[in-house]
Amino acid sequence: MNRTLYGNLIFELSKKGRKGYSLPQDYDRTHTTAELPEALRRKEAARLPECDELTVVRHYTNLSHNNFGVNDGFYPLGSCTMKYNPVINEEIAGLKAFAGLHPLQPAVTCQGALEVYYNLQESLAELAGLSEFTLNPCAGAHGELTGLMVIRAYHESRGDVRTKVLIPDSAHGTNPASAAVCGLEVVEVKSLADGTVDVEHLRQLLSEMGSEVAAMMMTNPNTLGIFEPRVLEITKMIHEAGGLMYYDGANLNALLGECRPGDMGFDVMHINLHKTFSTPHGGGGPGSGPVGVRKGLEQFLPMPRVVEAPTDSCTGESYVVDWGKSFEGKRGEELSVGNFFGNFGVMLKAYAYILSLGREHIKEVGPLATLNANYIKERLRDSYLLPIKGLCKHEVVFDGLVDKSTGVTTMDVAKRLLDYGYHAPTIYFPLLFHESLMIEPTENESKETIDAFIDVMHKIAEEAKTDPELVKTAPHNTPIGRVDDVLAAKQPVTTYWKTIAES
Amino acid sequence: MFKYFPHTEEDLQEMLKAAGAKSVHDLFDDVPEAARFKREYELPEALSETDLRLFFEQLTAPDNAMQLVCFAGAGCYDHYAPSVVQNLIQRSEFLTSYTPYQAEISQGTLHYIFEYQSMIAELTGMDIANASMYDGATATAEAAMMAWGNAKKANCVLMSETVDPKVRRVVETYAHFHGFPIKLVPAVNGVLDRSALDKEIAEGGVAGLIVQQPNYYGIVENYTGIADALHEQKGIFVVNANPSDLAILKTPAEWGADVAVGEGQSLGIPMTFGGPGVGYMACTEKLMRKLPGRIVGQTLDNRGQRAFVLTLQAREQHIRRQKATSNICSNQSLMALYVTIYLSLMGKEGLREVAEVSYAGAHSLRDKLIATGKFKDTFPGQPFFNEFCVDYEGDLEALLDECTANGYLAGVQVGEKTLMLAVTEQRSTEEIDELVEIIQQFKEEEAKA
Repeated sequence: MNRTLYGNLIFELSKKGRKGYSLPQDYDRTHTTAELPEALRRKEAARLPECDELTVVRHYTNLSHNNFGVNDGFYPLGSCTMKYNPVINEEIAGLKAFAGLHPLQPAVTCQGALEVYYNLQESLAELAGLSEFTLNPCAGAHGELTGLMVIRAYHESRGDVRTKVLIPDSAHGTNPASAAVCGLEVVEVKSLADGTVDVEHLRQLLSEMGSEVAAMMMTNPNTLGIFEPRVLEITKMIHEAGGLMYYDGANLNALLGECRPGDMGFDVMHINLHKTFSTPHGGGGPGSGPVGVRKGLEQFLPMPRVVEAPTDSCTGESYVVDWGKSFEGKRGEELSVGNFFGNFGVMLKAYAYILSLGREHIKEVGPLATLNANYIKERLRDSYLLPIKGLCKHEVVFDGLVDKSTGVTTMDVAKRLLDYGYHAPTIYFPLLFHESLMIEPTENESKETIDAFIDVMHKIAEEAKTDPELVKTAPHNTPIGRVDDVLAAKQPVTTYWKTIAES
Repeated sequence: MFKYFPHTEEDLQEMLKAAGAKSVHDLFDDVPEAARFKREYELPEALSETDLRLFFEQLTAPDNAMQLVCFAGAGCYDHYAPSVVQNLIQRSEFLTSYTPYQAEISQGTLHYIFEYQSMIAELTGMDIANASMYDGATATAEAAMMAWGNAKKANCVLMSETVDPKVRRVVETYAHFHGFPIKLVPAVNGVLDRSALDKEIAEGGVAGLIVQQPNYYGIVENYTGIADALHEQKGIFVVNANPSDLAILKTPAEWGADVAVGEGQSLGIPMTFGGPGVGYMACTEKLMRKLPGRIVGQTLDNRGQRAFVLTLQAREQHIRRQKATSNICSNQSLMALYVTIYLSLMGKEGLREVAEVSYAGAHSLRDKLIATGKFKDTFPGQPFFNEFCVDYEGDLEALLDECTANGYLAGVQVGEKTLMLAVTEQRSTEEIDELVEIIQQFKEEEAKA
């Protein structure tokens, strides 16, 4: 990346009369928008930029130079599974024939797209050990919310009023937030010192409120990268209390090839295609958060659904879209969580990934990701405090430096890593430790890459002893230095218009 | 080894040794035996890159993915975008980066989101926009929850029947589980029934009202006076507006909206079978701290440079957990970039030109269809933008099949007799005339039969 800041805003490059488009001019001009009553028209033209094409191309190219992606270097961001985003997937998702499909065109004219959609649903079900999937949710958190809706719809269908959801205190923030949006009351389950679920506390909670528990949400491996050793017991306990088990698929990557959520007793789950199935994060989306359910819960999945055509169909389709009965706006028994059927462009990439790896290589993903993490764990523990010994899965959590005497924090270490050309690990999460530093290498990183990273981590630990100021004031070698968060929040300036109003 | 896995046998051995294991499977010794997956996945064998290309070529062959001349809309539109847009968003520094938590190495993303927020604020006239939402439907549902959460004493959120039924269904779903009722306000002649609305507002307890502009049927509604009536009862006015049309149409802010939401796909994003698009969400400064999603703000770095950073994070799930304004975590960042580059190229004049050409095409098509004598306006006398409804006198399904067979997607059927057609600047006069011609021909054959 470019170490110098490119700071212009596109509005500052605008000059009246310039344009970056061309449209056909030979159209029937009988009607113009001037016909619309004045009461329906805006008073002043929107102040959008006026730029020529090259100015726009250079502007955004220069901006991109101040960004850091997986293609730029190692991205050990824990819990985010920043794996390689294969280029062939982009080629396939960019096929013009897919880009030109309207979501409401007759099924018989878009069988190719529906086949991808249907087969991806089926593939995910096999990988998860569940019955059926919907691909409608647009992100992981969206999937969580959808999954919880499915769970509530299930209980409602039985006339069973359950309003509580059990969530381990180590969970991602989206779990309790999704539960709250879904109208559920969050009850925290404590963790033991080793970061795993306190089963005795869970037992106690269930004895107090078991009949009110709609579900328990679990991430496994959990947010510390530890496999929950008593998961089978936990799922059994929840089922006996009449609740369902929700699997947060955030950390699914570790398990590919070794175990499946359905086999552990989970009833509902989401998968982040932008983690486990290699689709790019895009600076924060578009993602995709498919939701799967075990047998018996399929009817609660949201509409629309892509399904196999009825065998008596005479129009020759193999797959059709079921829009549901409640399409006219009445919710009825059916749920809906988006405009159409999710981010199809993202699904294409995930399906291309599954086909590229095939059954023989998908099963290598979890073991290799886990090997990389355990290797880092063992090689860094001299310099970084390892609070939980034993095996980790795809990621490892340290609690800051072993030697904290100079006051160098996890934040400082993370910022210093930027100077060396690495993305920072996830920091200050999970909340169980004060100085959490969570590293997830993924299966795509080579031993050389990891060794070089380890060397730099040790070097920073050394710097923290010999020249702590250097680390505390890092980064030094990035386009900008540390930013003033307080200023940003105190007097929020969130548009260009506010900056020019003030000057 | 597989092309995405760099581990040689020698690497494996060295790494296993350091990790204290004999084989990679030993690293799963902590997994209970009963939970271990022991068979092969029932999935196809790996495809080479060549075979993968062939496979998708087959799926995109004309029979499997018919490229129809598109007169369908209903929330997804076939607009033009300069080639530059797709090319730039594919730059790997944008494509393969994470959410911009590390501001020092994410100025590219933070910077364009700031520009995006500025453009959305300008188009809608609102004070502040967030960094984008999943889509227009979920953005509308979030607005409904915002209205509900903002109300001190309320018993429902109102929604116009002229809102897209797909969006309505999502809002209904969210509201049902979040725990508040949605009351539909009926329509007359394709627009919100004002007397029914006045009655609802007079009854009190209204947390807010959701309307759409242009509405589902393409009609440009007159919302004068609604905001005042709602505000008197402390209700919030939510306008779901097509951002492309806002080059011409009165802005949500000019209608007095507190929250503006909508689907940004119409800003040149390819249809791609319905997604990814991008939802937008904007509001007044007063509601700023209740806005869900990510927000980028301007600040300074310790070298005195103007810089951008995620801000007002005290609203968000990773800080506030169940007390957050929403569970939304990611936005639709790359699509926000798409829209930003699109709007930079189209600019002030381009977006207006898009609107003019689309408007002219839609009105020309409507005139020609009426002139065939076989259609009449579904909602006579209502002003529309680039989408409209007509009622067909014959067998509509058969007519649509005929159009499809001729390579035309003639619109979306929204009632037994009602066809909804959309025209964008991508539709040439020749295509408009050919569609009318196909319909003419078909009628004649039908008459003969």
